[in-house]
Amino acid sequence: MTMRRLINLKRVEARRIYLTYAVVIAAYVICQVMSSTGFLSSSMRGMLVPICAYMVMAVSLNLVVGILGELSLGHAGFMSVGAFSGVAAAFLMQGVIPFAPVRLALAMAVAAVFAAVAGFLIGIPVLRLKGDYLAIVTLAFGEIIKSILNNFYLGVDSQGLHFSMLTDTTRLLKGGKLIIRGPMGISGIQKIATFPAGFILLMIALMIVFNLVNSRSGRAFMAIRDDRIAAESIGLDITKYKMMAFVMSAALAGSAGALFAMNYSTIVANKFDFNTSILILVFVVLGGQGNMLGSIIAAAVLTILPEKLREFSEYRMLLYAVILIVMMLATNNAEIKNFLAGLNPFRRKEEAE
Amino acid sequence: MIFLNFFISGISLGSIYAIIALGYTMVYGIAKMLNFAHGDVIMVGAYVCFYAVSRYGFNPFLGVVLAMAVCTLLGIIVERLAYKPLRQAPSLAVLITAIGMSYFLQNTALLLWSSNPKVFPSVIGRGAFKLFDGALSVSHITALTIGACLVIMVVLSLFISKTKLGKAMRACSEDKGAAQLMGINVNATISMTFAIGSGLAAIAGALLCSAYPTLMPTTGALPGIKAFTAAVFGGIGSIPGAFLGGLMLGVIEIFAKAYISSQLSDAVVFGVLIVVLLVKPAGLLGKMTQEKV
Repeated sequence: MTMRRLINLKRVEARRIYLTYAVVIAAYVICQVMSSTGFLSSSMRGMLVPICAYMVMAVSLNLVVGILGELSLGHAGFMSVGAFSGVAAAFLMQGVIPFAPVRLALAMAVAAVFAAVAGFLIGIPVLRLKGDYLAIVTLAFGEIIKSILNNFYLGVDSQGLHFSMLTDTTRLLKGGKLIIRGPMGISGIQKIATFPAGFILLMIALMIVFNLVNSRSGRAFMAIRDDRIAAESIGLDITKYKMMAFVMSAALAGSAGALFAMNYSTIVANKFDFNTSILILVFVVLGGQGNMLGSIIAAAVLTILPEKLREFSEYRMLLYAVILIVMMLATNNAEIKNFLAGLNPFRRKEEAE
Repeated sequence: MIFLNFFISGISLGSIYAIIALGYTMVYGIAKMLNFAHGDVIMVGAYVCFYAVSRYGFNPFLGVVLAMAVCTLLGIIVERLAYKPLRQAPSLAVLITAIGMSYFLQNTALLLWSSNPKVFPSVIGRGAFKLFDGALSVSHITALTIGACLVIMVVLSLFISKTKLGKAMRACSEDKGAAQLMGINVNATISMTFAIGSGLAAIAGALLCSAYPTLMPTTGALPGIKAFTAAVFGGIGSIPGAFLGGLMLGVIEIFAKAYISSQLSDAVVFGVLIVVLLVKPAGLLGKMTQEKV
């Protein structure tokens, strides 16, 4: 299916997709070689998995922001749903499946399902709104998810699962264990997330997104983005397509969240706040809306850069803010746009084709 | 009586939200954009007032006036630099710019004034009126907040409906092209709107920090988001809507804190917003606009 679609694509689009895969694979191979020959410092090695998770987050948000054209300000919420459900699932499977990679894969699948369900439930009210209202409601949902997870307790004992809200009233039997502990989050996580797993997840995410974008549904997404009324008048079911993109994006964000969480020993809901949502939005905006390779590169650069510029760390968020503003001013200014297009021979060629 | 006490503190918090929401709603009404940085203008106003009063020994009311002047200027500059070049841009681009501006203000404040929380001196002390033999106590700052909100609402309504500038603002929000043909300077009117909104934000900042006296670079963010929620709640673009939305949101928040759970109060507030938008997609007093093709 994938291959036939790719063959039928226009050359420019196909070339862009192949280029994206090639860059990702090449980057993975280089990182693996550097890591095994000891060229990567231990701090860099520790960042490989979070970078993969952020890349998947950026690709999934780009599906909503770049392809569907709706601003989502609560993407970190899906990441946290995935993180919590994935880690809890991995914990429960500990005795059943001793082989860690399989456990990780299943945990990410569970996380994707939970996040997709959250995305669907949130999508029902959110997607009836449009524009700025939609953006603000996704923000509201991000905050709601954070407050709920901050007050959620989940424990397991011989009687099965127990959960409670606000205070720990799970009343576990002897030998039971509290997995999610409200504002304390989850601690004692087995760090089973690996760089190859992150790479595979990113490749799967790219395949899903590219396949979706270059399908009938993907063309519908772009039609809705470019002119909602025209799309509606030729009979596209706006809500259905929006929901499709939204749920897919949430599911990918959920598995990225599980991957991210299982790279750390402790995870709390406050980690996935509005700032994280904005950070991912910066990746998408900086990489170019609708451009997956751009999102991936932006995610990598903006995660590594602050690490390299440790002494300027307090200027980091300031720099992000300036980047956001300048990017928006520059990409919406005809003169600067022409100037940049003149500087960039690659882009000019592509547009001319 | 406890209920009444909660109700009054809800109205007081709601008055602050209402004053902030006015800034959001006026800017949305005229420029059709969400000024996400508005919450951070509150924080800047509170810092200016704090330094004027505690470092340079200004009279608190003079401090508020100074903060208003600084914020008004800040509002005009932000509009000129960041939003004006994007008048014709898609709304997504403007919203992202506004978010960037919000982060810019927060992080500049972080560098200038550090993240250590400052204890804000109340503008009028910590006394309280005792009513019903002390069963009901209303602190001075609560009374001042409610009073200030009422005065601002009345003055602003008169300004919008009676003065020439107010009429120009209404004309611009109705139809910019037609307003320009009638000889109204649209750009100046938009700047004016930002100036008024930011000046009000300074007042809100001083009142907010008098009631909840911790001042940090992120102080404005959450009240900003909630006030924006209030503006959407009441119907964004509508001034009475901002007033109504602000008061209702404040009361809901305090009641949720008192009777449901203090940790979940934010979730309740945002939950109410979502329910309202589902029932009335344009907010309580908002006008539903039909898109023409």
